[in-house]
Amino acid sequence: MSQTVHLRATAAAVDAAAAPALTRRACTLALVALATGAAAASARSPRLITVGGSLTEAVFALGAEAQLVGTDTTSLYPVAAQATPKVGYMRQLSAEGLLALRPDVVLALAGSGPPLVLQQLRSARVQVELVERRHEWDDVRRTVQAAGRATGRSAAAQDLLRRLEQEWTRVRAQVQAYRGPTPRALFIMAHGGSPLVAGGQTAAHAMLTLAGARNVVAGFNGFRPLTAESMAAAAPDVIVTTTQSLQAVGGAEGFWRRPELALTPAWQRRHSGAALWHQDALALLGFGPRLAQVLEALHRGLVAA
Amino acid sequence: MNTLVMKRAGLAGLAGLLPGPRRGSWVLLGLGVALLASLIWSSGQGAFGLPLRELPAVLAAAFTTYWWPGAERSAAELVFFNIRLPRLVLAVAAGAGLGVAGALMQGLFRNPLADPGLIGVSSGAALAAAFAIVLGSLWWPEVPLALGTWPLMLMAFFGGLVVTALIYTLSLGDGGTRVGIMLLAGIAINALAGAGIGLLSYLATDEQLRNLQFWMLGSLGGALWEAVLVVGLIALATVALAQRLARPLNALALGEAQAVMLGVPVERLKLACILLTALVVGAVTATTGIIGFIGLVAPHIVRLLAGPDHRWVLPGSALLGAVLVLLADAWARTMIAPAELPLGIITALVGVPFFLLLLRSAHARTL
Repeated sequence: MSQTVHLRATAAAVDAAAAPALTRRACTLALVALATGAAAASARSPRLITVGGSLTEAVFALGAEAQLVGTDTTSLYPVAAQATPKVGYMRQLSAEGLLALRPDVVLALAGSGPPLVLQQLRSARVQVELVERRHEWDDVRRTVQAAGRATGRSAAAQDLLRRLEQEWTRVRAQVQAYRGPTPRALFIMAHGGSPLVAGGQTAAHAMLTLAGARNVVAGFNGFRPLTAESMAAAAPDVIVTTTQSLQAVGGAEGFWRRPELALTPAWQRRHSGAALWHQDALALLGFGPRLAQVLEALHRGLVAA
Repeated sequence: MNTLVMKRAGLAGLAGLLPGPRRGSWVLLGLGVALLASLIWSSGQGAFGLPLRELPAVLAAAFTTYWWPGAERSAAELVFFNIRLPRLVLAVAAGAGLGVAGALMQGLFRNPLADPGLIGVSSGAALAAAFAIVLGSLWWPEVPLALGTWPLMLMAFFGGLVVTALIYTLSLGDGGTRVGIMLLAGIAINALAGAGIGLLSYLATDEQLRNLQFWMLGSLGGALWEAVLVVGLIALATVALAQRLARPLNALALGEAQAVMLGVPVERLKLACILLTALVVGAVTATTGIIGFIGLVAPHIVRLLAGPDHRWVLPGSALLGAVLVLLADAWARTMIAPAELPLGIITALVGVPFFLLLLRSAHARTL
């Protein structure tokens, strides 16, 4: 669009130069048109939809939020992200719904879909960028770099990444310098219904391990409900959960009232305040730009227990 | 209560207005017009701003780009032909297939409460889909199996056929199939499939669980042209073939013994009904997931309007089913745009109260 304007303006300028009969005013007009056309071509930054809270965070961290025309329901941070048009849950996207927002780029976490919808977006000439998530530091690198490419701010992304990397190195050194006993930790998610604990291959497991703790239920993969007996056998010293879980059960008192927890070492020390550590779900499990910061807090919380 | 009485008078009055012997053909004509109208109306519905009055321009542009392929296709054209149109065709095919299958089942079981789920097609397809979604990653680790992927569609289709064949075999006795046994076997096998799905969803990861959940809620979001055409052809063939079963089903309505005396090959009729239903519901469910209540509600409404003659009920249910799915999907696509509601939620949410109202108001006589 702006390209055509540009070309037309150029043609007009050439005509104006070639025809001395034209008034100077027409010539100036054509040149002004040329200048605005060129400016529009470079200033027209891509319209962007992000699917995945950590990607949205990265776009905000780059200061490119003006380019966001839509986000998914997991994009809750920063608060301004909640005011963008919502395209629904990341695994249940609607092709026409997304296209209605006229994006140039859809930046999504791998696993967003259905795959067919992504295919339809591509066939409608929308660039679809998928970002792998493996629950490691490189997630942050991939997230920030992808956000930089998608918003046309790769240089800013490099700067941000350099700062985050320094912070990460510092926090990792701090975790590795810790010489005390390894905390025995358990991650519980309780959004109503019976609470689920995080086994291997989960974001929670990765966070506990990175923070220098031992996940006491790493014997299985994914989230599972745990019986009171297995909970007692696992014997966690400290329990990590999401702020949302805590809210769902009515705060710390409600949380400790779960019968499964009554036989754990953590329960016996529940009044100390250090046996239960919580954090916002997206910050804790999102592997976004806040990773280093959250990991530092988690490590402190775990070793204090 | 008052409104119920009025509704009853309304429906009965509407049916009574039509000339007696040719009532069926009037109803079919009316449903045909309704289908055309809802097709045109819903082609202007959608999250992407592409209203009805802009469609002629888009169609003309598409005609141009088809003959002069060098031309650039506009965004509106891409959206209409790649996303909206296949979805409309799939809605018609799915609705027609589910509607006619429901009419076949109600005719076969001589029970207005029968629906295609009874012979295990849906639960078989769901079990196979759950199997593919949860355990498929062992064979195809790189492909996340979700709605609209080929391995999932094939698994669901054959799952539906296998479970139907199982229920049919269980109902075979000395003198042929026993419909009562088939009903009970269907309920039992459905429960078993439910347990299987429960077990698989326990084993599933969070991502798989979500995919499975959305599959079970049904959606036309998986409308890929290739799949749409296959389902469309199967639905068309089913509606055409079902018409040949109309007279035998009318005879069966008198009772099995009477039908045999009238010279109807009852066993072949049953097998044909089951085969057609399994084929069309299997194909529809494989592409869309589970869409409930169309197969139950459409034949009911047609019977209220046109009477119990299968020559009208079978094609009428196909037409009405198509209208219902088209309208429900238009709603699903636009209500919370740019996001989208699962279709199965809407068909149940709107279908069930409407169905109950019908039962209370008009069906007291015919049930």
